[in-house]
Amino acid sequence: MTVIDNMETSDESIAAGNGLLGQRMLRKEDPALLTGEAVFTNDMKVPGALHLAVLRSPYAHAKISSVNVSGALEMEGVMHAFSGADLADQWAAPMPCAWPVTEDMKNPPHYPLAVDKAAYVGDGVACVLATSEAVARDALEAIDVEYEPLPAVIDLEDSLADAVVIHNELGTNSSYTWPLVIEENEGDCQSAIDNSAYVVKERYVQQRLIPMAMEPRAVVAMPQPFGGDITLFTATQVPHVLKVMSALTLGIPEQQLRVVCPAVGGGFGSKLDVYAEELLCLHLARSLGKPIRWNEERGENAQATIHGRAQIQDIELAADENGKITGLRVRLLADMGAYLQLITPGIPLLGAFLYGGVYEIPKAFDFSCTGVFTTMTPTDAYRGAGRPEATYAIEHAMDALAREMDIDPLELRRRNFIPRDAFPYEAYTGLVYDSGDHDKAAKVAEDLVDYAGVRARQATQNTPDATKRLGIGISTYFEMCGLAPSRVLASLNYAAGGWESATVRVLPTSKIQVVTGTAPHGQGHETAWSMIAADKFGVDPADVDVLHSDTAIAPLGMDTYGSRSLPVGGVAISMACDQVIDKARKIAAHQMEANEDDLEFAGGVFTVTGSPDKEMPLAAVAFEAFTAHDLPDGLEPNLEMQVTYDPPNFSWPFGTHMCVVEIDTETGETEVLQYVAVDDCGNKVNPLIVDGQVHGGVIQGLAQALYEEAAYDSDGNLQSSSLAEYLVPAASDVPSITLGESITPSPTNPLGVKGVGEAGTIGAAPCVMNAVVDALSGLGVRDIQMPASPVRVWNAIQEARNNTQENQQ
Amino acid sequence: MIPAAFDYVRAESAEEAISLIGQHGDESKFLAGGHSLVPLMKLRLAQPTVLIDIGRLTDLSYIRDDGDMIAIGAMTRHMDVENSDVLRQHAPLLAHAASHVGDPQVRHRGTIGGSICHSDSASDLPATTLALGATYVAQGPNGTREIAAGDFYQGFLTTVLAPDELLTEIRVPKMDGAGWSFQKFNRRAQDWAIVGVAAWRRNGDSGVGLVNMGSVPILASGVSSALSSGASIEDAAAQAAEGCDPTSDLNASVEYREHLARVLTRRALEEASAG
Repeated sequence: MTVIDNMETSDESIAAGNGLLGQRMLRKEDPALLTGEAVFTNDMKVPGALHLAVLRSPYAHAKISSVNVSGALEMEGVMHAFSGADLADQWAAPMPCAWPVTEDMKNPPHYPLAVDKAAYVGDGVACVLATSEAVARDALEAIDVEYEPLPAVIDLEDSLADAVVIHNELGTNSSYTWPLVIEENEGDCQSAIDNSAYVVKERYVQQRLIPMAMEPRAVVAMPQPFGGDITLFTATQVPHVLKVMSALTLGIPEQQLRVVCPAVGGGFGSKLDVYAEELLCLHLARSLGKPIRWNEERGENAQATIHGRAQIQDIELAADENGKITGLRVRLLADMGAYLQLITPGIPLLGAFLYGGVYEIPKAFDFSCTGVFTTMTPTDAYRGAGRPEATYAIEHAMDALAREMDIDPLELRRRNFIPRDAFPYEAYTGLVYDSGDHDKAAKVAEDLVDYAGVRARQATQNTPDATKRLGIGISTYFEMCGLAPSRVLASLNYAAGGWESATVRVLPTSKIQVVTGTAPHGQGHETAWSMIAADKFGVDPADVDVLHSDTAIAPLGMDTYGSRSLPVGGVAISMACDQVIDKARKIAAHQMEANEDDLEFAGGVFTVTGSPDKEMPLAAVAFEAFTAHDLPDGLEPNLEMQVTYDPPNFSWPFGTHMCVVEIDTETGETEVLQYVAVDDCGNKVNPLIVDGQVHGGVIQGLAQALYEEAAYDSDGNLQSSSLAEYLVPAASDVPSITLGESITPSPTNPLGVKGVGEAGTIGAAPCVMNAVVDALSGLGVRDIQMPASPVRVWNAIQEARNNTQENQQ
Repeated sequence: MIPAAFDYVRAESAEEAISLIGQHGDESKFLAGGHSLVPLMKLRLAQPTVLIDIGRLTDLSYIRDDGDMIAIGAMTRHMDVENSDVLRQHAPLLAHAASHVGDPQVRHRGTIGGSICHSDSASDLPATTLALGATYVAQGPNGTREIAAGDFYQGFLTTVLAPDELLTEIRVPKMDGAGWSFQKFNRRAQDWAIVGVAAWRRNGDSGVGLVNMGSVPILASGVSSALSSGASIEDAAAQAAEGCDPTSDLNASVEYREHLARVLTRRALEEASAG
């Protein structure tokens, strides 16, 4: 039975189907998840499996002088133990980086276990296989490793100076410099900066963040007893990419490798990768002929799974006397961490195209990013991946510009918005924004937050000696998502395409199977995809089964990340449904002896225009297709079509967030009193899921602004490797979120949809930080580094007060 | 998150628990609610060889009116302290402080005795019972003794309890009519306090306990004596960080902790004096 949530339903449901799209249907996935019935990788029972444990370097940077595993091998239950050197000749290729962003990009060889040198705390140096996880972990303590510690490299600018080179063979800590200069005439950007009425020059630090998916990683590699086939069960968001990359790295014939994701408990980009432990399990399972499993501990997850953000941004924003932007220069230092993971170097590039925000920007744009190695955990995609960073920079700089000009930050933004009637809009980058209505989104947010009212309260409340100061934050954003047109990815040197595959099949009993190449790990694809198909066929979504995340069942796919699943994968399903219906129409027309063009299909029944007595339900058509007793000449049996969709453009969700914070100037504590998010992601398949994505995304962005930081000491030790120190906010710590409605369909796909997975995160961090600075700017505080922890806020207030006193003396 | 190997025995009575720990020696530990010890074991920061489970000593779970005092069994769970009518009536500061410990899951498992014996200065109940002038009752092989809270805490995670002594009861003076306040400053509701203040005032008397302002929970006696000498709340609270020795960490510098102690003490005294 299909349950519809009793909340109000969007009246702008997507036209042309059977009225299902736009309904707040409860998620099909949730009963299994909530009752514990869902099987995650580590829940799998695997008789005879050996447990892998990895010994990790306690040093950020150290030469490995020797590794002696004999102590471990003597322990009861320990079957094997290997050093990095023991396995060094087993790899067909180093671990993959699929995004060589420049031709001269430097990429140090990176193997599942380090051989000569450990380059971050957590770098694997040896491993054990034992009959239980407990024995395997105990045995790690019996492995004797001699290290020669070397200086840690933590600071990005220090790293660039190459005083300590991490990867000797590269000769430098700089991986690449990637420029993007867009000018009508050479020097336009510099000229704008030199000649404009206003220029703000700012430096922002995007702190390192730990994605901290609720389920850490887990792996089971299960070899078949004969023939060489092997199945990898793993907590990943990219089974298809992982299959290709594992085959290449390990030299496994690809047809012998199957990758399956059981239930996956979140990823946020951190499971968009090819990890050492997956390769170790695969290799050891194949070479030993035994199932091998590995389960990541939380503290291990904080060190051995990728981190995100970690950039220093220098931005110069120039504007004329009216505040119209005249030029923009951005210099990025991006922390790669110790090695390049799957798409590490490309992450800042995904943001490069968004530094112009939602504004009309002239071709006076000068961007450059340098990727820098450090002795910390490698970075890679983390929810938003480059785009939150870019949005933060432009939106925080817009507030700085508004303060410089002494005008209202909302007014400044409005002066620069790309107008509604300019869409589709070719931006300064040459990319075409599909649709947008920034004035509307801003107006909805302005009204919901009562902008004028709060500004009035603020004027009264924020006296110089007030203990509680109000601040209002605004952010607007465009997101470049739905990754992506394959040709555009090619132009960025990305090693794969951005298409998605769907197969839709109507079974003989008229139940429907949707096979998708997307790999959900919390998003609710089983619900949303069944709604898309059910809407097309006019059936109950309960009659649609969505098959995914197993390369034997769904061999074609590009997986789930970059807010791509609906605007690419969902669209592919919709198109495959149309093709199946077209075929069914031929069969129905043949059966009813009618002209195909006279057939209507609604509510799961074909009818003939003008012949009210003739009708044929889908079930009857499906059975005819199955028996194939009487099909039109030349038509193949069965109702099944496969579509691979390569989107013609990115999709461009957009929105406005506003929030109100109150800061206790005595303690430095920030309380978010109100949060309004207006996220326009085009048509919504299931508004309930959209709301959930926005809620989660906003909290994750707010967490960057106020709570989370992967803090390292000067020796390169991660100080926040447990959830006691890495402050993921809980429900009791965050505000209620008010969602405002704005729906501007995308014209580039038949569903009119955009993506929504990353939007909330992109809008939230700058919104909250703008509010924090807005609350304190009256005291002379210019900026505060994220996270704006109470101690940082308090320090900033003290410093500003001291400066004010000095100035007065 | 897998502890080092250890043995486990279950005690059926306080006497048996004390005998067992005598038997197993220094590397054995009592296991009460397990919400401080077990996380340390999972991180392998604690590696006791034997755990003596006192979780079934239900006769140590009670809250009783005992004349001028309230007697609380050491195995009483935080949520029972939080919801006790007796405590709400006679020592509401303690009931309220218990409601700030960890999260509901912790409060349903963790015990007041376990928290006090673990003696983490960042925990809420050691400083609160100290502020209230509580007495702790310990039972050893040679009988029981009473220890004033002010004499109990020796240093970082250490107390005056002998290895074979078991804390059995916490005795808190009745505070009927006292004004009180509990100020817990943290970044997330479930966290330990960055700084916390437990304070009460009645007639000319007061007590102020400081959470996480040194290696042990601290009684801010300077604040109380300033108040009894007629100092204003503001001036008395300015003494709050005297004699403290806080550490710096990701959440706070020493200077910031000292500042917070003064601000939160002032706020606590204002609230305790308000009615």
